[in-house]
Amino acid sequence: MDFSLLRNIISRYCVGEEIWVDSRTVYIGHKEPPPGAEAYIPQRYPDNRIVSSKYTFWNFIPKNLFEQFRRIANFYFLVIFLVQLIIDTPTSPVTSGLPLFFVITVTAIKQGYEDWLRHKADCSINECPVDVVQQGKVVRTQSHKLRVGDIVVVKEDETFPCDLILLSSSRSDGTCYVTTTSLDGESSHKTYYAIPDTMAFRTEQEVDLLHATIECEQPQPDLYKFVGRINIYKDKEEPVARPLGAENLLLRGATLKNTQHIYAVAVYTGMETKMALNYQSKSQKRSAVEKSMNAFLIVYLCILISKAVINTVLKYAWQWSPDRDEPWYNHRTEHERQRHVVIRAFTDFLAFMVLFNYIIPVSMYVTVEMQKFLGSYFISWDEEMFDEELGEGAQVNTSDLNEELGQVEYVFTDKTGTLTENNMEFIECCVDGNVYIPHAICNGQILSAASSIDMIDSSPGGYRREYEDLFFRALCLCHTVQVKEEETVDGIKRGIHQGRPTSFYISSSPDEVALVEGMKRLGYTYLRLKDNYMEILNKDDEIERFELLHVLNFDSVRRRMSVIVKSSSGDYLLFCKGADSSIFPRVVSGKVEQVKARVEQNAVEGLRTLCVAYRRLSQSEYQEACHHLMEAKLALQDREQRLAQAYDIIERDFVLLGATAVEDRLQEKAADTIESLHKAGMKVWVLTGDKMETAAATCYASKLFRRTTQILELTKKRTEEQSLHDVLFELNRTVLRQRSISGLSVDCLDFGLIIDGATLSAVLKPNQEGAGHGNYREIFLEICRNCSAVLCCRMAPLQKAQIVKLIKASKEHPITLAIGDGANDVSMILEAHVGIGIMGKEGRQAARNSDYAIPKFKHLKKMLLVHGHYYYIRIAELVQYFFYKNVCFIFPQFLYQFFCGFSQQPLYDTAYLTLYNISFTSLPILLYSLVEQHVSMDTLKREPSLYRDIAKNSLLRWPVFLYWTCLGVFDAVVFFFGAYFLFDNTTFTSNGQMFGNWTFGTLIFTVLVFTVTLKLALDTHHWTWINHFVIWGSLLFYVIFSLLWGGIIWPFLNYQRMYYVFMQMLSSGPAWLSIILLITVSLLPDVIKKVLCRAMCPTATERAQRVSSVQVLEDSLAPGSGGGGGGRERDPLHPDRTCEGDSGKKAARSSDSLVPHSHSTLLSKP
Amino acid sequence: MMASSYSAKDEDGHITVSGPGGGTLRNKKPENTAFKQQRLPAWQPILTAGTVLPAFFIIGLIFIPIGIGLYVTSNNIKEFEIDYTGDDTSSPCYNCAKNFSWNNTKSCTCTIPFQLDQPYESNVFMYYGLSNFYQNHRRYVKSRDDSQLNGNIDSLKKPSKECEPYASIDNKPIAPCGAIANSMFNDTLTLFYNDPNGTSVPIPLTSTGIAWWTDKHVKFRNPVGTNSNLTAVFQGTVKPVNWHRPVYELDTDPENNGFINEDFIVWMRTAALPTFRKLYRIIQKKNTMAPTLPRGNYTLVVDYNYPVRSFEGRKRMILSTISWMGGKNPFLGIAYITVGSVCFFLGVVLLVIHHKYGNRNNSANISN
Repeated sequence: MDFSLLRNIISRYCVGEEIWVDSRTVYIGHKEPPPGAEAYIPQRYPDNRIVSSKYTFWNFIPKNLFEQFRRIANFYFLVIFLVQLIIDTPTSPVTSGLPLFFVITVTAIKQGYEDWLRHKADCSINECPVDVVQQGKVVRTQSHKLRVGDIVVVKEDETFPCDLILLSSSRSDGTCYVTTTSLDGESSHKTYYAIPDTMAFRTEQEVDLLHATIECEQPQPDLYKFVGRINIYKDKEEPVARPLGAENLLLRGATLKNTQHIYAVAVYTGMETKMALNYQSKSQKRSAVEKSMNAFLIVYLCILISKAVINTVLKYAWQWSPDRDEPWYNHRTEHERQRHVVIRAFTDFLAFMVLFNYIIPVSMYVTVEMQKFLGSYFISWDEEMFDEELGEGAQVNTSDLNEELGQVEYVFTDKTGTLTENNMEFIECCVDGNVYIPHAICNGQILSAASSIDMIDSSPGGYRREYEDLFFRALCLCHTVQVKEEETVDGIKRGIHQGRPTSFYISSSPDEVALVEGMKRLGYTYLRLKDNYMEILNKDDEIERFELLHVLNFDSVRRRMSVIVKSSSGDYLLFCKGADSSIFPRVVSGKVEQVKARVEQNAVEGLRTLCVAYRRLSQSEYQEACHHLMEAKLALQDREQRLAQAYDIIERDFVLLGATAVEDRLQEKAADTIESLHKAGMKVWVLTGDKMETAAATCYASKLFRRTTQILELTKKRTEEQSLHDVLFELNRTVLRQRSISGLSVDCLDFGLIIDGATLSAVLKPNQEGAGHGNYREIFLEICRNCSAVLCCRMAPLQKAQIVKLIKASKEHPITLAIGDGANDVSMILEAHVGIGIMGKEGRQAARNSDYAIPKFKHLKKMLLVHGHYYYIRIAELVQYFFYKNVCFIFPQFLYQFFCGFSQQPLYDTAYLTLYNISFTSLPILLYSLVEQHVSMDTLKREPSLYRDIAKNSLLRWPVFLYWTCLGVFDAVVFFFGAYFLFDNTTFTSNGQMFGNWTFGTLIFTVLVFTVTLKLALDTHHWTWINHFVIWGSLLFYVIFSLLWGGIIWPFLNYQRMYYVFMQMLSSGPAWLSIILLITVSLLPDVIKKVLCRAMCPTATERAQRVSSVQVLEDSLAPGSGGGGGGRERDPLHPDRTCEGDSGKKAARSSDSLVPHSHSTLLSKP
Repeated sequence: MMASSYSAKDEDGHITVSGPGGGTLRNKKPENTAFKQQRLPAWQPILTAGTVLPAFFIIGLIFIPIGIGLYVTSNNIKEFEIDYTGDDTSSPCYNCAKNFSWNNTKSCTCTIPFQLDQPYESNVFMYYGLSNFYQNHRRYVKSRDDSQLNGNIDSLKKPSKECEPYASIDNKPIAPCGAIANSMFNDTLTLFYNDPNGTSVPIPLTSTGIAWWTDKHVKFRNPVGTNSNLTAVFQGTVKPVNWHRPVYELDTDPENNGFINEDFIVWMRTAALPTFRKLYRIIQKKNTMAPTLPRGNYTLVVDYNYPVRSFEGRKRMILSTISWMGGKNPFLGIAYITVGSVCFFLGVVLLVIHHKYGNRNNSANISN
């Protein structure tokens, strides 16, 4: 028992890393099994309390503080604060204690509030009423009192309180409908089944009489996996064992629909429910900016320490003579004198550290945090990224990666549902070489056979007829589509306009809906599944009934699904439909060649093809198949594997019937988006599970490949002819040769690579043949590097992630972005630096696991080119500016030490030291980092090539950092020595009175605050009224604060050193003049650098700024007159030309885009 | 990093569980406000050679005249400085400096003759200057008790710990406490004009108006006791070690005695740099016709009480006239002229660049 408890705990902490194989036994209704059965070890389960809160009332303060001080920055400031408390330091502990306290408190309050909300949410969930069957009666209790083994009654539209095994429902067939919208976003109604032995229970009393145990696996987070077994004990008989699968398990969080009530038994409760297990947080992603910020921090820490060391050493060198150390006017206390010199030196070192510690400001973290948090609202607020149809806009799941959107180099996109609409339309079917095309317009009538079917190749005959019948029946039967007979269904709506306008087909796969509907248009209507009989209305308006015996569900590995039905004539039929690659090898007869040809032709046109085959089973074959299936289904362990084996045995020796073609239209503006991404310097890879031909066609249509693109193929077909080794080397040679030829004129050929899953795994396989063949991985990467577009087809979900990982780990460490809409894209979304989910039709899993979710693929353009670009320049400026302003702040302090005998005398007053970063200079940069737009949004969208200007973290590279730091040092030197020479041995006032050291510091500080704020004003390109308000406001605040701070004798202070210092300074003319002079001198170099860089070698961004300003000017001068202006030339339709114009910039893809594409015309047929 | 550890996901899950879910999707549509859509009207300046040019010329044109004005003003200020440290055998104060001892009760006097080549017309300000004296040393700067100086009785009896080791002697509090007060400059400087007819006329020195008005009237206050007699108020305190007289005997004038003695206040305003000067006396202009200090020979008489040799310091006496911009300081004028010229020069350079590159850029853009 102790062991299992321990394991339980371990399993709870290691969820997701290992698959737990041990099982648990649940006694339904807490009834012990008959003693003879089996000796079970009772286990302890948690109650049904959901705890999402992190803290409790009494552990909040210690735990929260611990959490906060685990962060290295907070810890650093805490150490500084403690040093200030312990030793005699130049600045009072308040100066660092107050900001730290502020930050910690604000964070704690925020987290506390959030936790309180979670407590409240937990509470309302835990206390919501639940009906439980006890001793044959329904008892109302609270949700958190539920225990494993309780029998629960759930009514319609109620949410399941925990993970339940369905025992019986109010529906006679023992099924119930459930929507899992809140779990995975799929709004379709899913059917769950009760096991036949218990489905007959109708009343509480009956249910209570049930004597059974459930054996099932320990909880694991996969929503779609469940393996269990129920043992039902009937008086003195052998227990009956039935398999339980995911179709029996009702998940917490899902809602019961269209079923009056159900009885179910709790198997997983509380934090062990699949929902709770799924809310484990993802691994934290860190952006490139954050990494460079940390690098800069380390540099500054080194600067800080070296400054302190230098000053300490100089101090002891300087005060070597006792007259300097302790002149008669300045004695130490006795206590100090007795201290050992080493301790004194160490204390001095610490004191210098404290004095200079402001160079790494607390407020930077707060500001960056706030910038990210507040800034991310602009994404979700963006109206252009709102989709009317879906009723949703972009969604930000993490604000940590905003700026990473501006750094993307590789885009990995899914095809279906991402590039394409995932809105399937049945185009044609091919039965035995004859092609049928339903009329495009469905006018609500049952079309007669003659008019509805356009026979291209008609060779009628009984044989053909039979195949045709079988084919249509196969498509009507082999699916998991449900018929929904209500009007309001969220999500996919497909009306059956055929007498019953209130019926819809619902399925998790849009292909199936398209197929069943297509069949309906061809005259075969699937009516319903009733009592395990599927009803079909055939062409002659007769209802045919087939008994549904088994469904061999679709999975992405097998890539096919099958049903076994018993026709009314008593034949056992196995219908199978699936991808051509998984059907053809299993076909023994049929017109394989013709169908294959047709399938390939369709695939080239970008249609999704499926092949249909069947097999007639004899009675004995059926029994055998049944046996295999039951055995596999009953298995407790490795059920998946055994099922796959069983399927493999059953699904063979097919007779090929034909193939279908379904069109998946390209998403709106997908091609435009891809083109923009290309121009922005991103490499776009399409990763899809689809066939090569289909995928390639989509790629052509979406302008990923152009006519001029030289396609390199790395497919199974090729590697069968040559060895992988040779193919790779040959491709590599081709690419390298091309590059050496076109070294000067870059804009000629570009390459596109097509690789399929099988070859990819061969490439990625660790090489066992030794070093002779070199590393395929490297060669492959080398080829990819030279290709502008890569198409990976036939990908398994995990392979998608593998590719992303491969590119991520290549030696340039590029920033990757993955975008997808389906559950199969989750792995790559989680793997990539930035994961974007599309709120698509295949459920919400991708959107839930992504960092950002957008409604449509086209929104990616604005997301990256506009938002990403903005966030990047904003945060880059924020980081650089913060370091700059603190160099300006602290370096004069450092210089002052040389003039005050290295005594750690602070230059500025305590209030200034404390408030500099908190209030005098914090708001302008925060606002800048929220609203700055160096180029207008339209320009960014019109000219994607501007994105190249910020590629590779260009604004945070070491030279730029060095420039800012040097600028800071220069300004600091100007401040200090400017003030020094002005103050040197002279009178500043017209009444002959002298100023002291605090006036000296205040003068420098005033210059500092003004310079630093004006420097930001010079960098601001987008002056809204808020900018004006904040920038001038913060300067005004500084002046007002200084007047106030020096205007009163503050009773709570034990020193009054600032009394009237600021006013006295302002009353002096030379002080004003020197402030103006020093500000001018400090700002001058930066202005000159900016102007010269812009004039001599402007970046594309600077050109764009110029053009847009010219354009504004022209528009205002001559509205509507002529297009001769510089701005107007930039027609949005011809964006390539501007790209060409950028001297030295690659304009790799010239104006081919203007040539209409043969493939795109093919695709655009109705 | 800091706050976002709370992921949106947790929230998501629970809210959907507890709430009815679904509902009004249409409300999610973001508001179309200029701020939310980042389309606030904005002024978008760019720093180009063209736009910056005028600014540079304007700065140049403003700064150069100011600089010239400052420079001329500074040059018109007359300043005389004499070093009386006495570390040189030829110096009149050599003996005083050499024989200095803290125990001397009688002060040593030395006389330094000097000559003014030009008459000083307006008010003349007399400064003493010290070099290599670290008034800005941290231990020194904080060694004072502002509340004691503000007349707080409690602080008078119990000075702040910051004053250590100059806080008390034999458990008797020092008033005023601290290193700054203890090391107050106590040389007495007097000036005599040697009339051509041989007589030596003392020059009247005003000792008020040398400290900030606010310091004298607000920041520094004598403690108010039961009686107005300063001596009684300071009863129970002792004078700083290095002082010759207690604080209540600094001056005979009750308005300039005790903590509000202006010499004391001036000294208490610590200087920014180790070489500094402090205002000592003002020589008021009396006669509208005659210069305050006419051309001729003068004698400076020093009561030498303040030792600086031990830390290699220097002592100076400075006589200076003052303009609207303060004392003699050519640096400000020169700096203004330099910066103005640089700006003007840069303006010219930018003009060339603007013509050369600006046109090229423009044409390049338009031809696109």
